[in-house]
Amino acid sequence: MNTLRCAITVLRKDLLVELRSREIIYTAIFFAALLVVIFTVALPRDGRVDDRMAPGMLWATIAFAGTIGLGRAFDREREDDTMRALLLSPAPRLAVFLGKAVAITMLILLVAAVATPLFGLFLTSARLLDHPLPLVVLLVLGALGFGVVGSVFAAALLRVRSRDVLLPIVLYPILIPLFFAATNATLALCVTDPNMAKAWYWISLLAGYDGVFLVLSLWLFESLVIE
Amino acid sequence: MNSQNNQPTGARGSTASWLVPLLTLLAAVGFASCVWMVFVVTPVADVLFFNQKIFYFHVANAFMLFLSVFVCGFASVVFLKKRDGKWDDIAIAGAEVAVMFGLVVLITGSIWAKAAWDVWWKWEKRLTMSLLLWLVLVAYVIVRRFAGASADRLAAGLAVFGCVGIPFIYFMVEKSDNHPQAGKEGVVATLATDMKLAFWGSVLTFFFWFVALLISRIHSARAEREVRELRESAMDAGVL
Repeated sequence: MNTLRCAITVLRKDLLVELRSREIIYTAIFFAALLVVIFTVALPRDGRVDDRMAPGMLWATIAFAGTIGLGRAFDREREDDTMRALLLSPAPRLAVFLGKAVAITMLILLVAAVATPLFGLFLTSARLLDHPLPLVVLLVLGALGFGVVGSVFAAALLRVRSRDVLLPIVLYPILIPLFFAATNATLALCVTDPNMAKAWYWISLLAGYDGVFLVLSLWLFESLVIE
Repeated sequence: MNSQNNQPTGARGSTASWLVPLLTLLAAVGFASCVWMVFVVTPVADVLFFNQKIFYFHVANAFMLFLSVFVCGFASVVFLKKRDGKWDDIAIAGAEVAVMFGLVVLITGSIWAKAAWDVWWKWEKRLTMSLLLWLVLVAYVIVRRFAGASADRLAAGLAVFGCVGIPFIYFMVEKSDNHPQAGKEGVVATLATDMKLAFWGSVLTFFFWFVALLISRIHSARAEREVRELRESAMDAGVL
């Protein structure tokens, strides 16, 4: 219980800091919007884009914009060495991790919440928004997996050189299965004849991925971030 | 960081000083005999004819890829839990050797795929898993190279997380029935005797080569780490 309370405190602290400056919210959202425009403009189209491209574009946008926000969120903890302070505080380290992971998950969900309707708006042939319930479930599960793994490695990267470049290099090989499942789940939902059974199969794989990596992160977080 | 009783590596490296040349020699002799076995002794295969010959090297290298990934992953877990730099040396060596074997597997696999399926690449279970595994290890090596000495545990985490992610691909990519299968009815079990001999000879050859590379890389990693630790303790003591 103490862990949970501390985690909520860490989460509230992170949200409060962010809400005061709104730096990550604005930059990540704007970057996501830029990516949406870049993707819709860059891909070959004669008036319309193949609707099967939309899921890949959506998840690439979430991956890139999410990474920007993730890097900045942890960089902020490095500037005044507050990460060390957090880890030295009597709060359980697991609570620090959980608070951070939930905060990052919320940030990524925010990016997704902006990018998904924008893609729906620009690519009307892709029926991204036709099945809101499974879509929300899969966005939440995708963001959670990203947030969990991302928090572990962004925190671990605080101590090393060239962390900005290395963050995506370290994260993406680990996250490829997640993006793979998320893209396929979205694809099953947004085609003209959606396949719900297939979508839920991919969503269950996403849930499995999240579960495995949550356990692994809880097990290894401490040995990865403590000096 | 306690390096008070560290001896120079040269004194401890004595096993490696004869084992590595011996294994290298065995691998060299083995490689020559493999080439002879593969191109002169073994019959030409039924379906793929001459193209099948790449199998002896492709599969042997794939075995070594998985072996070195296992070494890297296992050493990384132990390193994270015990924090003994000895295990980190093994993990680095395993990762670098795996990158090399993986490159051979991917290249020979592509050549074979072009000959057998008429495409260089196919998003199939085993190909996708091997590629992803290889990407994880390349990321590992990049981290070790550019993130500085303090990235040892980060890299170990990458190895563990990366290896855990791979099995998910198994449930995500469709099975292809024309990638040669393993098992009782599989390719290796149904080989002709000459072919079997050439195949296992090749596996043994690459195993010698794998162990030789692994040991020498472990020793150089250990030397690097000891120099670093000596420097750090000298700085702590105010000598440097």
